[in-house]
Amino acid sequence: MNHKNALTPWLFIGPAVLLLIMFSLLPILVSLLISFTDIDLIGLGNWDMVEFVAFENFIALFQDPLFHRSIFNTLVYVSIGVPLVIICSLSVALMLNYMSNKLFSFFRVLFYVPSITNIVAIAVVWGFLYNMDVGLFNFIINSLGLQNVPWLEHPFMAKISLIILAVWKGIGINMLIYLAALQSIPRSFYEAADIDGANKFQKLRYITIPSLSYATFFVTVTTLIGWLQFFEEPFVMTGGGPLDGTMSMALFIYERGFQYNEFGYAAAASLILFIFIIVATLIQFTFNKSKEN
Amino acid sequence: MKNRFEKLLVMSVLLIGGFIVSIPFIWMILSSFKSEREARTMPPTFWPQEFTFEHYINLFQNLNFGTYFTNTLIIVLFAMLGLLFNTMAGYGFAKFQFKGKEAVFIAVLATMMIPAQVSMIPVYLLLNQMGLTNTMAGIILPGLIAAFNIFLIRQFMTTIPNDLIESARIDGAKEFRIFFQIIIPLSKPVLAVQAILTFVGAWNSFLWPLIVANDQALYTLSVGLALLQGQHSSSFALQMAGATVMVIPVLILFIFVQRYIVEGFNTTGIK
Repeated sequence: MNHKNALTPWLFIGPAVLLLIMFSLLPILVSLLISFTDIDLIGLGNWDMVEFVAFENFIALFQDPLFHRSIFNTLVYVSIGVPLVIICSLSVALMLNYMSNKLFSFFRVLFYVPSITNIVAIAVVWGFLYNMDVGLFNFIINSLGLQNVPWLEHPFMAKISLIILAVWKGIGINMLIYLAALQSIPRSFYEAADIDGANKFQKLRYITIPSLSYATFFVTVTTLIGWLQFFEEPFVMTGGGPLDGTMSMALFIYERGFQYNEFGYAAAASLILFIFIIVATLIQFTFNKSKEN
Repeated sequence: MKNRFEKLLVMSVLLIGGFIVSIPFIWMILSSFKSEREARTMPPTFWPQEFTFEHYINLFQNLNFGTYFTNTLIIVLFAMLGLLFNTMAGYGFAKFQFKGKEAVFIAVLATMMIPAQVSMIPVYLLLNQMGLTNTMAGIILPGLIAAFNIFLIRQFMTTIPNDLIESARIDGAKEFRIFFQIIIPLSKPVLAVQAILTFVGAWNSFLWPLIVANDQALYTLSVGLALLQGQHSSSFALQMAGATVMVIPVLILFIFVQRYIVEGFNTTGIK
Protein backbone atom coordinates (compact mmCIF):
# COMPACT_ATOMS: atom_id res chain seq x y z
CA MET A 1 0.00 0.00 0.00
CA ASN A 2 1.05 3.59 -0.59
CA HIS A 3 1.52 5.56 2.51
CA LYS A 4 3.72 8.61 2.36
CA ASN A 5 5.72 8.09 5.46
CA ALA A 6 7.78 4.98 6.22
CA LEU A 7 7.31 5.70 9.90
CA THR A 8 3.51 5.35 9.83
CA PRO A 9 3.26 1.56 10.31
CA TRP A 10 5.65 1.80 13.25
CA LEU A 11 3.38 4.37 14.88
CA PHE A 12 0.64 1.77 14.83
CA ILE A 13 2.58 -1.28 15.93
CA GLY A 14 5.08 0.63 18.11
CA PRO A 15 3.28 0.70 21.49
CA ALA A 16 2.34 -2.98 21.38
CA VAL A 17 5.74 -4.12 20.15
CA LEU A 18 7.60 -2.06 22.74
CA LEU A 19 5.49 -3.43 25.57
CA LEU A 20 5.90 -6.99 24.29
CA ILE A 21 9.67 -6.60 24.12
CA MET A 22 9.67 -5.11 27.61
CA PHE A 23 7.42 -7.67 29.31
CA SER A 24 7.71 -10.84 27.22
CA LEU A 25 10.94 -11.12 25.22
CA LEU A 26 13.37 -9.27 27.48
CA PRO A 27 12.18 -11.22 30.57
CA ILE A 28 13.12 -14.51 28.90
CA LEU A 29 16.68 -13.21 28.45
CA VAL A 30 16.77 -11.90 32.02
CA SER A 31 15.48 -15.26 33.20
CA LEU A 32 18.26 -17.06 31.34
CA LEU A 33 20.86 -14.77 32.87
CA ILE A 34 19.71 -14.81 36.48
CA SER A 35 19.14 -18.56 36.54
CA PHE A 36 22.94 -18.85 36.54
CA THR A 37 23.29 -16.50 39.53
CA ASP A 38 22.41 -16.63 43.22
CA ILE A 39 20.35 -13.43 43.14
CA ASP A 40 18.05 -12.97 46.15
CA LEU A 41 16.57 -10.04 48.09
CA ILE A 42 20.03 -8.79 49.12
CA GLY A 43 21.30 -9.08 45.56
CA LEU A 44 18.28 -7.16 44.33
CA GLY A 45 19.28 -4.17 46.47
CA ASN A 46 22.95 -4.42 45.73
CA TRP A 47 23.99 -5.97 42.43
CA ASP A 48 27.59 -6.40 43.66
CA MET A 49 26.36 -9.16 45.96
CA VAL A 50 25.12 -11.24 43.03
CA GLU A 51 27.42 -14.04 42.03
CA PHE A 52 27.65 -16.24 38.99
CA VAL A 53 27.06 -19.82 40.10
CA ALA A 54 27.06 -21.64 36.73
CA PHE A 55 24.71 -24.63 36.86
CA GLU A 56 24.39 -24.77 40.64
CA ASN A 57 20.72 -23.80 40.64
CA PHE A 58 19.87 -26.50 38.15
CA ILE A 59 21.89 -29.13 40.00
CA ALA A 60 20.19 -28.14 43.26
CA LEU A 61 16.79 -28.36 41.56
CA PHE A 62 17.46 -31.88 40.38
CA GLN A 63 18.22 -32.81 43.99
CA ASP A 64 15.32 -30.87 45.53
CA PRO A 65 12.65 -33.36 46.69
CA LEU A 66 9.99 -30.64 46.71
CA PHE A 67 10.72 -29.84 43.08
CA HIS A 68 10.44 -33.54 42.21
CA ARG A 69 7.12 -33.58 44.06
CA SER A 70 5.88 -30.57 42.10
CA ILE A 71 6.83 -32.21 38.77
CA PHE A 72 5.14 -35.45 39.80
CA ASN A 73 1.98 -33.62 40.89
CA THR A 74 1.91 -31.56 37.71
CA LEU A 75 2.19 -34.74 35.64
CA VAL A 76 -0.72 -36.24 37.60
CA TYR A 77 -2.77 -33.10 36.96
CA VAL A 78 -1.99 -33.25 33.26
CA SER A 79 -2.52 -36.96 32.71
CA ILE A 80 -5.88 -37.07 34.50
CA GLY A 81 -7.09 -33.55 33.78
CA VAL A 82 -6.47 -33.25 30.05
CA PRO A 83 -8.37 -36.43 28.99
CA LEU A 84 -11.19 -35.57 31.42
CA VAL A 85 -11.60 -32.07 29.98
CA ILE A 86 -11.65 -33.45 26.44
CA ILE A 87 -14.18 -36.19 27.23
CA CYS A 88 -16.47 -33.87 29.19
CA SER A 89 -16.42 -30.97 26.76
CA LEU A 90 -16.89 -33.24 23.75
CA SER A 91 -19.83 -35.07 25.37
CA VAL A 92 -21.50 -31.83 26.35
CA ALA A 93 -20.99 -30.46 22.83
CA LEU A 94 -22.40 -33.63 21.23
CA MET A 95 -25.46 -33.56 23.48
CA LEU A 96 -26.00 -29.84 22.92
CA ASN A 97 -25.83 -30.34 19.19
CA TYR A 98 -28.75 -32.71 19.56
CA MET A 99 -31.01 -30.13 21.22
CA SER A 100 -33.57 -27.75 19.78
CA ASN A 101 -32.53 -24.11 19.40
CA LYS A 102 -33.96 -22.57 22.55
CA LEU A 103 -32.63 -25.21 24.93
CA PHE A 104 -29.36 -25.22 23.02
CA SER A 105 -28.69 -21.55 23.83
CA PHE A 106 -29.74 -21.97 27.44
CA PHE A 107 -27.48 -24.92 28.15
CA ARG A 108 -24.62 -23.41 26.18
CA VAL A 109 -24.64 -20.38 28.49
CA LEU A 110 -24.97 -22.59 31.56
CA PHE A 111 -21.95 -24.71 30.73
CA TYR A 112 -19.90 -21.73 29.57
CA VAL A 113 -20.37 -19.55 32.65
CA PRO A 114 -17.78 -21.29 34.89
CA SER A 115 -15.00 -20.48 32.43
CA ILE A 116 -15.50 -16.71 32.66
CA THR A 117 -15.80 -16.73 36.44
CA ASN A 118 -12.94 -15.47 38.58
CA ILE A 119 -10.70 -18.34 39.60
CA VAL A 120 -10.09 -17.02 43.11
CA ALA A 121 -13.83 -16.73 43.75
CA ILE A 122 -14.29 -20.24 42.38
CA ALA A 123 -11.55 -21.62 44.60
CA VAL A 124 -13.05 -19.90 47.65
CA VAL A 125 -16.51 -21.30 46.90
CA TRP A 126 -15.23 -24.81 46.23
CA GLY A 127 -13.12 -24.65 49.37
CA PHE A 128 -16.39 -24.24 51.28
CA LEU A 129 -18.11 -27.04 49.33
CA TYR A 130 -15.15 -29.35 49.98
CA ASN A 131 -14.95 -28.50 53.70
CA MET A 132 -14.58 -31.69 55.69
CA ASP A 133 -17.10 -30.83 58.43
CA VAL A 134 -19.54 -28.22 57.13
CA GLY A 135 -19.20 -28.64 53.36
CA LEU A 136 -22.13 -29.47 51.10
CA PHE A 137 -20.38 -32.35 49.34
CA ASN A 138 -19.75 -34.33 52.50
CA PHE A 139 -23.31 -33.67 53.65
CA ILE A 140 -24.62 -35.21 50.41
CA ILE A 141 -22.22 -38.13 50.72
CA ASN A 142 -23.21 -38.67 54.35
CA SER A 143 -26.88 -38.69 53.51
CA LEU A 144 -26.17 -41.43 50.97
CA GLY A 145 -24.86 -43.41 53.90
CA LEU A 146 -21.19 -43.09 53.01
CA GLN A 147 -18.17 -41.99 55.03
CA ASN A 148 -16.83 -38.43 54.98
CA VAL A 149 -14.41 -37.86 52.11
CA PRO A 150 -11.20 -35.98 53.05
CA TRP A 151 -11.49 -33.79 49.93
CA LEU A 152 -8.60 -31.49 50.71
CA GLU A 153 -7.04 -33.31 53.65
CA HIS A 154 -5.50 -36.29 51.89
CA PRO A 155 -2.55 -35.72 49.51
CA PHE A 156 -3.93 -37.78 46.62
CA MET A 157 -7.60 -36.96 47.16
CA ALA A 158 -6.70 -33.25 47.23
CA LYS A 159 -5.17 -33.55 43.76
CA ILE A 160 -8.37 -35.17 42.50
CA SER A 161 -10.48 -32.46 44.16
CA LEU A 162 -8.49 -29.73 42.43
CA ILE A 163 -8.80 -31.58 39.12
CA ILE A 164 -12.60 -31.83 39.47
CA LEU A 165 -12.79 -28.10 40.05
CA ALA A 166 -10.52 -27.29 37.10
CA VAL A 167 -12.45 -29.62 34.78
CA TRP A 168 -15.67 -27.90 35.83
CA LYS A 169 -14.09 -24.59 34.84
CA GLY A 170 -12.48 -25.92 31.67
CA ILE A 171 -15.53 -27.41 29.96
CA GLY A 172 -17.05 -24.16 28.72
CA ILE A 173 -14.43 -22.79 26.36
CA ASN A 174 -13.55 -26.18 24.88
CA MET A 175 -17.21 -27.01 24.41
CA LEU A 176 -17.52 -23.86 22.27
CA ILE A 177 -14.58 -24.97 20.12
CA TYR A 178 -16.16 -28.40 19.65
CA LEU A 179 -19.57 -26.89 18.86
CA ALA A 180 -18.06 -24.68 16.17
CA ALA A 181 -16.29 -27.71 14.70
CA LEU A 182 -19.42 -29.88 14.85
CA GLN A 183 -21.44 -27.31 12.98
CA SER A 184 -18.91 -27.17 10.20
CA ILE A 185 -19.20 -30.90 9.35
CA PRO A 186 -21.06 -31.07 6.01
CA ARG A 187 -24.58 -32.53 6.22
CA SER A 188 -23.84 -34.57 3.09
CA PHE A 189 -21.45 -36.81 5.05
CA TYR A 190 -24.28 -38.00 7.26
CA GLU A 191 -26.71 -38.31 4.35
CA ALA A 192 -24.27 -40.53 2.52
CA ALA A 193 -23.88 -42.65 5.65
CA ASP A 194 -27.67 -42.94 5.94
CA ILE A 195 -27.84 -44.28 2.40
CA ASP A 196 -25.21 -46.86 3.31
CA GLY A 197 -27.32 -47.82 6.31
CA ALA A 198 -24.89 -46.74 9.02
CA ASN A 199 -26.23 -46.62 12.59
CA LYS A 200 -25.75 -43.80 15.09
CA PHE A 201 -22.57 -45.15 16.65
CA GLN A 202 -20.96 -45.90 13.32
CA LYS A 203 -21.67 -42.31 12.27
CA LEU A 204 -20.16 -41.03 15.50
CA ARG A 205 -17.12 -43.29 15.19
CA TYR A 206 -16.41 -42.87 11.46
CA ILE A 207 -17.67 -39.36 10.65
CA THR A 208 -18.03 -37.15 13.70
CA ILE A 209 -14.94 -38.04 15.72
CA PRO A 210 -12.51 -38.01 12.74
CA SER A 211 -13.95 -34.67 11.56
CA LEU A 212 -13.19 -33.23 14.97
CA SER A 213 -9.53 -34.18 14.94
CA TYR A 214 -8.29 -30.64 14.39
CA ALA A 215 -10.50 -29.31 17.17
CA THR A 216 -9.30 -32.10 19.46
CA PHE A 217 -5.72 -31.25 18.60
CA PHE A 218 -6.28 -27.59 19.43
CA VAL A 219 -8.11 -28.39 22.67
CA THR A 220 -5.40 -30.84 23.72
CA VAL A 221 -2.54 -28.41 23.19
CA THR A 222 -4.20 -25.44 24.89
CA THR A 223 -5.49 -27.55 27.78
CA LEU A 224 -2.12 -29.24 28.23
CA ILE A 225 -0.31 -25.91 28.35
CA GLY A 226 -2.94 -24.57 30.75
CA TRP A 227 -2.59 -27.53 33.11
CA LEU A 228 1.20 -27.30 33.10
CA GLN A 229 0.72 -23.80 34.52
CA PHE A 230 -1.75 -24.92 37.21
CA PHE A 231 -1.42 -22.25 39.91
CA GLU A 232 -4.42 -20.42 41.35
CA GLU A 233 -6.35 -23.48 42.50
CA PRO A 234 -3.63 -24.94 44.74
CA PHE A 235 -2.52 -21.43 45.75
CA VAL A 236 -5.93 -20.44 47.14
CA MET A 237 -7.34 -23.79 48.26
CA THR A 238 -4.48 -25.80 49.70
CA GLY A 239 -1.34 -23.68 49.59
CA GLY A 240 0.33 -26.72 48.05
CA GLY A 241 -0.56 -29.04 50.95
CA PRO A 242 -1.40 -31.43 52.51
CA LEU A 243 2.16 -32.82 52.68
CA ASP A 244 2.94 -30.96 49.43
CA GLY A 245 0.39 -33.21 47.74
CA THR A 246 -0.97 -30.43 45.54
CA MET A 247 2.24 -28.44 45.00
CA SER A 248 2.44 -27.64 41.27
CA MET A 249 5.48 -26.44 39.34
CA ALA A 250 4.01 -22.96 38.97
CA LEU A 251 3.27 -22.75 42.68
CA PHE A 252 6.79 -23.96 43.47
CA ILE A 253 8.22 -21.15 41.32
CA TYR A 254 5.97 -18.58 42.96
CA GLU A 255 6.86 -19.68 46.49
CA ARG A 256 10.60 -19.84 45.82
CA GLY A 257 10.53 -16.47 44.11
CA PHE A 258 8.18 -14.40 46.21
CA GLN A 259 8.07 -16.04 49.61
CA TYR A 260 11.72 -17.06 49.93
CA ASN A 261 12.99 -14.41 47.46
CA GLU A 262 15.36 -16.91 45.82
CA PHE A 263 15.00 -15.29 42.41
CA GLY A 264 17.85 -17.14 40.71
CA TYR A 265 16.63 -20.51 41.91
CA ALA A 266 13.01 -19.74 40.95
CA ALA A 267 14.08 -18.49 37.52
CA ALA A 268 15.93 -21.76 36.92
CA ALA A 269 12.79 -23.70 37.88
CA SER A 270 10.69 -21.52 35.58
CA LEU A 271 13.00 -22.31 32.66
CA ILE A 272 12.48 -26.03 33.29
CA LEU A 273 8.72 -25.45 33.25
CA PHE A 274 9.15 -23.53 29.99
CA ILE A 275 11.03 -26.49 28.49
CA PHE A 276 8.19 -28.80 29.57
CA ILE A 277 5.70 -26.55 27.80
CA ILE A 278 7.74 -26.33 24.61
CA VAL A 279 8.34 -30.08 24.53
CA ALA A 280 4.65 -30.82 25.11
CA THR A 281 3.73 -28.52 22.24
CA LEU A 282 6.32 -29.99 19.89
CA ILE A 283 5.26 -33.57 20.64
CA GLN A 284 1.67 -32.61 19.94
CA PHE A 285 2.57 -30.98 16.65
CA THR A 286 4.70 -33.86 15.36
CA PHE A 287 2.09 -36.38 16.52
CA ASN A 288 -0.59 -34.51 14.61
CA LYS A 289 1.58 -34.22 11.50
CA SER A 290 2.33 -37.94 11.41
CA LYS A 291 -1.39 -38.64 11.82
CA GLU A 292 -2.19 -36.44 8.83
CA ASN A 293 0.28 -38.20 6.56
CA MET B 1 -40.74 -43.43 19.14
CA LYS B 2 -37.15 -44.42 19.59
CA ASN B 3 -36.09 -40.92 18.66
CA ARG B 4 -38.27 -39.36 21.36
CA PHE B 5 -36.81 -41.63 23.99
CA GLU B 6 -33.33 -40.63 22.94
CA LYS B 7 -34.20 -36.93 23.07
CA LEU B 8 -35.61 -37.38 26.54
CA LEU B 9 -32.51 -39.20 27.69
CA VAL B 10 -30.11 -36.55 26.35
CA MET B 11 -32.33 -33.88 27.84
CA SER B 12 -32.28 -35.39 31.31
CA VAL B 13 -28.51 -35.93 31.22
CA LEU B 14 -28.06 -32.27 30.26
CA LEU B 15 -30.48 -31.13 32.96
CA ILE B 16 -28.68 -33.11 35.64
CA GLY B 17 -25.29 -31.99 34.33
CA GLY B 18 -26.45 -28.39 34.18
CA PHE B 19 -27.73 -28.58 37.74
CA ILE B 20 -24.44 -30.03 38.99
CA VAL B 21 -22.51 -27.33 37.13
CA SER B 22 -24.62 -24.60 38.75
CA ILE B 23 -24.45 -25.93 42.33
CA PRO B 24 -21.36 -23.86 43.27
CA PHE B 25 -23.07 -20.64 42.09
CA ILE B 26 -26.36 -21.42 43.81
CA TRP B 27 -24.59 -22.34 47.04
CA MET B 28 -22.37 -19.27 46.90
CA ILE B 29 -25.26 -16.83 46.54
CA LEU B 30 -27.56 -18.49 49.07
CA SER B 31 -24.83 -18.90 51.69
CA SER B 32 -23.78 -15.27 51.37
CA PHE B 33 -27.15 -14.20 52.81
CA LYS B 34 -27.03 -16.63 55.74
CA SER B 35 -25.72 -15.77 59.18
CA GLU B 36 -22.31 -17.19 59.95
CA ARG B 37 -23.85 -19.68 62.35
CA GLU B 38 -26.45 -20.84 59.85
CA ALA B 39 -23.83 -21.34 57.13
CA ARG B 40 -22.04 -23.78 59.40
CA THR B 41 -25.03 -25.77 60.63
CA MET B 42 -25.29 -29.43 59.77
CA PRO B 43 -27.54 -30.47 58.11
CA PRO B 44 -27.34 -27.27 56.06
CA THR B 45 -30.40 -25.17 55.25
CA PHE B 46 -31.06 -24.59 51.57
CA TRP B 47 -32.88 -21.25 51.71
CA PRO B 48 -31.51 -18.70 54.23
CA GLN B 49 -33.71 -18.75 57.35
CA GLU B 50 -33.17 -15.08 58.05
CA PHE B 51 -31.92 -13.07 55.14
CA THR B 52 -28.99 -10.88 56.17
CA PHE B 53 -26.89 -8.34 54.29
CA GLU B 54 -24.41 -8.07 57.17
CA HIS B 55 -21.55 -9.70 55.24
CA TYR B 56 -21.85 -7.35 52.29
CA ILE B 57 -21.95 -4.35 54.62
CA ASN B 58 -18.98 -5.75 56.51
CA LEU B 59 -16.98 -6.23 53.30
CA PHE B 60 -17.41 -2.65 52.15
CA GLN B 61 -17.33 -0.91 55.54
CA ASN B 62 -14.58 -2.75 57.37
CA LEU B 63 -12.71 -4.91 54.91
CA ASN B 64 -11.66 -2.44 52.19
CA PHE B 65 -13.68 -4.02 49.40
CA GLY B 66 -14.59 -0.52 48.19
CA THR B 67 -10.90 0.18 47.51
CA TYR B 68 -10.41 -3.21 45.87
CA PHE B 69 -13.44 -2.53 43.70
CA THR B 70 -12.08 0.85 42.54
CA ASN B 71 -8.65 -0.64 41.83
CA THR B 72 -10.21 -3.41 39.77
CA LEU B 73 -12.15 -0.81 37.76
CA ILE B 74 -8.94 1.16 37.14
CA ILE B 75 -7.28 -1.98 35.80
CA VAL B 76 -10.26 -2.66 33.55
CA LEU B 77 -10.08 0.90 32.23
CA PHE B 78 -6.39 0.60 31.35
CA ALA B 79 -6.97 -2.82 29.82
CA MET B 80 -9.17 -1.01 27.31
CA LEU B 81 -6.20 1.22 26.46
CA GLY B 82 -4.27 -2.02 25.94
CA LEU B 83 -7.02 -3.16 23.59
CA LEU B 84 -6.54 0.07 21.62
CA PHE B 85 -2.82 -0.72 21.30
CA ASN B 86 -3.65 -4.27 20.22
CA THR B 87 -6.08 -2.93 17.64
CA MET B 88 -3.53 -0.44 16.30
CA ALA B 89 -0.95 -3.20 16.02
CA GLY B 90 -3.44 -5.49 14.31
CA TYR B 91 -4.13 -2.75 11.77
CA GLY B 92 -0.41 -2.09 11.28
CA PHE B 93 0.27 -5.74 10.54
CA ALA B 94 -2.80 -6.16 8.34
CA LYS B 95 -2.65 -3.10 6.11
CA PHE B 96 0.92 -1.87 5.83
CA GLN B 97 3.96 -3.17 4.01
CA PHE B 98 7.25 -2.36 5.65
CA LYS B 99 10.71 -3.73 6.07
CA GLY B 100 11.03 -6.43 8.69
CA LYS B 101 7.27 -6.89 9.02
CA GLU B 102 7.36 -10.68 8.81
CA ALA B 103 10.10 -10.98 11.41
CA VAL B 104 8.39 -8.61 13.84
CA PHE B 105 5.07 -10.39 13.41
CA ILE B 106 6.65 -13.78 14.08
CA ALA B 107 8.31 -12.36 17.19
CA VAL B 108 4.92 -11.08 18.34
CA LEU B 109 3.35 -14.50 17.80
CA ALA B 110 6.25 -16.20 19.59
CA THR B 111 5.38 -14.31 22.78
CA MET B 112 2.16 -16.34 22.94
CA MET B 113 4.33 -19.30 23.93
CA ILE B 114 5.64 -17.54 27.04
CA PRO B 115 3.35 -18.07 29.99
CA ALA B 116 3.11 -15.60 32.86
CA GLN B 117 4.41 -18.21 35.28
CA VAL B 118 7.67 -18.25 33.36
CA SER B 119 8.08 -14.50 33.03
CA MET B 120 6.85 -13.54 36.51
CA ILE B 121 10.27 -13.60 38.18
CA PRO B 122 12.17 -11.55 35.56
CA VAL B 123 9.25 -9.13 35.07
CA TYR B 124 9.22 -8.52 38.80
CA LEU B 125 12.96 -7.81 38.76
CA LEU B 126 12.56 -5.47 35.78
CA LEU B 127 9.70 -3.61 37.44
CA ASN B 128 11.83 -3.35 40.55
CA GLN B 129 14.67 -1.77 38.53
CA MET B 130 12.21 0.73 37.09
CA GLY B 131 10.87 1.50 40.56
CA LEU B 132 7.42 0.27 39.59
CA THR B 133 6.89 -2.45 42.18
CA ASN B 134 4.00 -1.66 44.48
CA THR B 135 2.55 0.87 42.00
CA MET B 136 -0.57 0.79 39.86
CA ALA B 137 1.58 1.18 36.73
CA GLY B 138 3.50 -1.95 37.69
CA ILE B 139 0.28 -3.92 38.03
CA ILE B 140 -1.14 -2.72 34.72
CA LEU B 141 1.82 -2.72 32.32
CA PRO B 142 2.80 -6.43 32.14
CA GLY B 143 -0.66 -7.60 31.07
CA LEU B 144 -1.51 -4.77 28.69
CA ILE B 145 -0.68 -6.44 25.37
CA ALA B 146 -1.88 -9.86 24.25
CA ALA B 147 -0.32 -11.31 21.11
CA PHE B 148 -3.28 -13.59 20.50
CA ASN B 149 -5.64 -10.61 20.37
CA ILE B 150 -3.35 -8.81 17.93
CA PHE B 151 -3.44 -11.92 15.78
CA LEU B 152 -7.26 -12.18 15.81
CA ILE B 153 -7.71 -8.48 15.09
CA ARG B 154 -5.19 -8.63 12.26
CA GLN B 155 -7.00 -11.62 10.72
CA PHE B 156 -10.23 -9.65 10.70
CA MET B 157 -8.69 -6.46 9.33
CA THR B 158 -7.07 -8.13 6.34
CA THR B 159 -10.63 -8.54 5.00
CA ILE B 160 -11.19 -4.76 4.89
CA PRO B 161 -10.84 -3.61 1.24
CA ASN B 162 -7.68 -1.62 0.52
CA ASP B 163 -9.59 0.72 -1.80
CA LEU B 164 -11.43 2.21 1.15
CA ILE B 165 -8.16 3.21 2.79
CA GLU B 166 -6.61 4.39 -0.49
CA SER B 167 -9.47 6.67 -1.42
CA ALA B 168 -9.48 8.16 2.06
CA ARG B 169 -5.77 8.90 1.63
CA ILE B 170 -6.40 10.54 -1.74
CA ASP B 171 -9.03 12.69 -0.07
CA GLY B 172 -6.23 13.81 2.21
CA ALA B 173 -7.24 12.06 5.43
CA LYS B 174 -4.51 11.66 8.02
CA GLU B 175 -3.49 8.11 8.96
CA PHE B 176 -4.92 8.16 12.47
CA ARG B 177 -8.13 9.72 11.19
CA ILE B 178 -8.48 6.80 8.77
CA PHE B 179 -7.87 4.42 11.64
CA PHE B 180 -10.41 5.94 14.00
CA GLN B 181 -13.10 6.90 11.50
CA ILE B 182 -12.96 4.06 8.99
CA ILE B 183 -11.12 1.05 10.39
CA ILE B 184 -12.53 0.95 13.90
CA PRO B 185 -16.20 1.26 12.86
CA LEU B 186 -15.68 -1.48 10.25
CA SER B 187 -14.08 -3.78 12.83
CA LYS B 188 -16.96 -3.58 15.31
CA PRO B 189 -17.76 -7.32 15.28
CA VAL B 190 -14.30 -8.42 16.29
CA LEU B 191 -13.72 -5.46 18.62
CA ALA B 192 -16.98 -6.09 20.50
CA VAL B 193 -15.87 -9.62 21.35
CA GLN B 194 -12.38 -8.42 22.23
CA ALA B 195 -13.76 -5.67 24.48
CA ILE B 196 -15.88 -8.16 26.41
CA LEU B 197 -13.07 -10.67 26.79
CA THR B 198 -10.65 -7.90 27.78
CA PHE B 199 -13.09 -6.71 30.43
CA VAL B 200 -13.48 -10.21 31.84
CA GLY B 201 -9.72 -10.84 31.74
CA ALA B 202 -8.87 -7.59 33.50
CA TRP B 203 -11.64 -7.99 36.06
CA ASN B 204 -10.36 -11.46 36.90
CA SER B 205 -6.63 -10.65 36.76
CA PHE B 206 -4.84 -12.12 39.75
CA LEU B 207 -1.17 -12.94 39.21
CA TRP B 208 0.29 -9.46 38.53
CA PRO B 209 -1.64 -7.66 41.25
CA LEU B 210 -0.66 -10.46 43.65
CA ILE B 211 3.04 -10.17 42.85
CA VAL B 212 3.40 -6.43 42.33
CA ALA B 213 1.13 -4.98 45.04
CA ASN B 214 2.43 -5.11 48.60
CA ASP B 215 0.16 -2.40 49.83
CA GLN B 216 -3.47 -3.25 50.58
CA ALA B 217 -4.43 0.09 49.02
CA LEU B 218 -3.40 -1.37 45.64
CA TYR B 219 -5.12 -4.76 45.97
CA THR B 220 -7.70 -5.82 43.43
CA LEU B 221 -10.85 -7.76 44.25
CA SER B 222 -9.28 -11.11 43.47
CA VAL B 223 -6.20 -10.46 45.62
CA GLY B 224 -8.42 -9.02 48.36
CA LEU B 225 -10.61 -12.09 48.23
CA ALA B 226 -7.62 -14.43 48.53
CA LEU B 227 -6.46 -12.38 51.53
CA LEU B 228 -9.95 -12.54 53.05
CA GLN B 229 -9.97 -16.30 52.67
CA GLY B 230 -6.62 -16.52 54.43
CA GLN B 231 -7.56 -14.20 57.31
CA HIS B 232 -11.16 -15.26 57.88
CA SER B 233 -10.71 -18.89 57.01
CA SER B 234 -13.71 -20.11 58.99
CA SER B 235 -16.12 -17.27 58.13
CA PHE B 236 -17.69 -19.05 55.20
CA ALA B 237 -20.71 -16.79 54.71
CA LEU B 238 -18.40 -13.77 54.58
CA GLN B 239 -16.19 -15.52 52.01
CA MET B 240 -19.25 -16.37 49.91
CA ALA B 241 -20.34 -12.72 49.99
CA GLY B 242 -16.87 -11.70 48.79
CA ALA B 243 -16.98 -14.26 46.00
CA THR B 244 -20.46 -13.09 45.01
CA VAL B 245 -19.23 -9.49 44.71
CA MET B 246 -16.53 -10.73 42.33
CA VAL B 247 -18.67 -13.03 40.24
CA ILE B 248 -22.03 -11.29 39.83
CA PRO B 249 -20.93 -8.24 37.75
CA VAL B 250 -19.29 -10.52 35.17
CA LEU B 251 -22.27 -12.87 35.22
CA ILE B 252 -24.74 -10.05 34.54
CA LEU B 253 -22.57 -8.60 31.78
CA PHE B 254 -22.19 -12.03 30.26
CA ILE B 255 -25.92 -12.75 30.16
CA PHE B 256 -26.43 -9.57 28.13
CA VAL B 257 -23.57 -10.08 25.71
CA GLN B 258 -23.21 -13.87 25.50
CA ARG B 259 -24.55 -13.94 21.93
CA TYR B 260 -21.61 -11.85 20.71
CA ILE B 261 -19.04 -14.04 22.45
CA VAL B 262 -20.46 -17.32 21.29
CA GLU B 263 -21.01 -16.11 17.75
CA GLY B 264 -17.71 -14.28 17.72
CA PHE B 265 -16.18 -17.63 18.45
CA ASN B 266 -17.62 -19.00 15.27
CA THR B 267 -16.36 -16.15 13.11
CA THR B 268 -13.00 -15.34 14.65
CA GLY B 269 -12.26 -18.54 16.46
CA ILE B 270 -10.89 -21.86 15.36
CA LYS B 271 -12.76 -24.27 13.21
